[in-house]
Amino acid sequence: MSITSAKSGATGISLALDNNFMEPIATTVVGAGGVGIITFNDIPQTYKHLHLRVLGRSTNAAAGQSMSIVINNNTSSGVYYFHRLRGTGSSALADAYADEREVMYLPAANVTSGIFAGGTIDILDYTNASKNKTVRTLYGYDTNGGGQVSFQSELYISTVPVNTLSFVNNFAQYSRISLYGIKG
Amino acid sequence: MAAKTGTYTLIASTTLSTSTANVTFSSIPATYTDLRIVTAARSDAGDRVSSYYFDLNGLTTSIYSRTSLTGNGSSASSARASNQGLGQIGTITGSVSTSGIFPVNTMDIFDYSNSTTFKTVLTRTNLEQPTAGFEVGIYVNLVRTTNAITSVKFYCVGNFVAGSTFKLYGIEAGNL
Repeated sequence: MSITSAKSGATGISLALDNNFMEPIATTVVGAGGVGIITFNDIPQTYKHLHLRVLGRSTNAAAGQSMSIVINNNTSSGVYYFHRLRGTGSSALADAYADEREVMYLPAANVTSGIFAGGTIDILDYTNASKNKTVRTLYGYDTNGGGQVSFQSELYISTVPVNTLSFVNNFAQYSRISLYGIKG
Repeated sequence: MAAKTGTYTLIASTTLSTSTANVTFSSIPATYTDLRIVTAARSDAGDRVSSYYFDLNGLTTSIYSRTSLTGNGSSASSARASNQGLGQIGTITGSVSTSGIFPVNTMDIFDYSNSTTFKTVLTRTNLEQPTAGFEVGIYVNLVRTTNAITSVKFYCVGNFVAGSTFKLYGIEAGNL
């Protein structure tokens, strides 16, 4: 199958760069004092997929490290389902939860300063009014003796196009979430 | 929220014409937010599998640590290494592997140009070959330097063979 550049008309593979396939929509960088929620409102409906890039740390104590997602301001029960495959450094673990909105697990306040989790989150076909939404995450953090790395998927049972995303945790200063639109 | 164009930019690319011990991207501009590196590489080490490593800014002191999650076709496992002299990306094929197999590995360095946080490097490794020596997995590396990253160097057991490719991309964030 030939891929044609919308910009130049050239054909061939790997024309993603020529087509500017990925565009930044917005970024939040957490300032001094931290913040409890990061929200992207009025997400343009003109892309095919959404991609987020995260550098995160929590000011919570251990056990408060979960970063959760809220889609379209919906925190209802019975619409979020979660599976993950996680490496703890000693074990590979698989688990699943209903009514769980976790997309990443962040280093806690007692972890050595300067250590942040890094991860990417993808929401494919986010504007599709016929599909429930799947959120796919790949992330990890290491503490030089601790940490974890994980693949995760989140099912959001709603066919409503995604126009608002919120991420919840007590984010430490320098945490960052960047939202991108992927053309298709 | 206004969109910006030109987000994902190829900064540098190398395809080896001869066998080479190391590959380095240097003088990396500080104008992006994250770096992504995509490689398709093979080693001449006398084995099916060669470990695949990196350093940042030429640092080879014990500032690297990692947690990994890997599958080998029959089981999944997780491992950890602390106070290492290099970071690990994953694994690539060696000289005993079927010819023409150059596994693809990706590497994300988040907020590489900031001078405040330690660096988190997330990699995906994919080693598939017909008979033995498989690994699919993810590694997260902590590199305990707060310096902005200006170079990345790649290592394997033995040398990288001709035809191995290394591509460095910059990813911009919008509305910082």
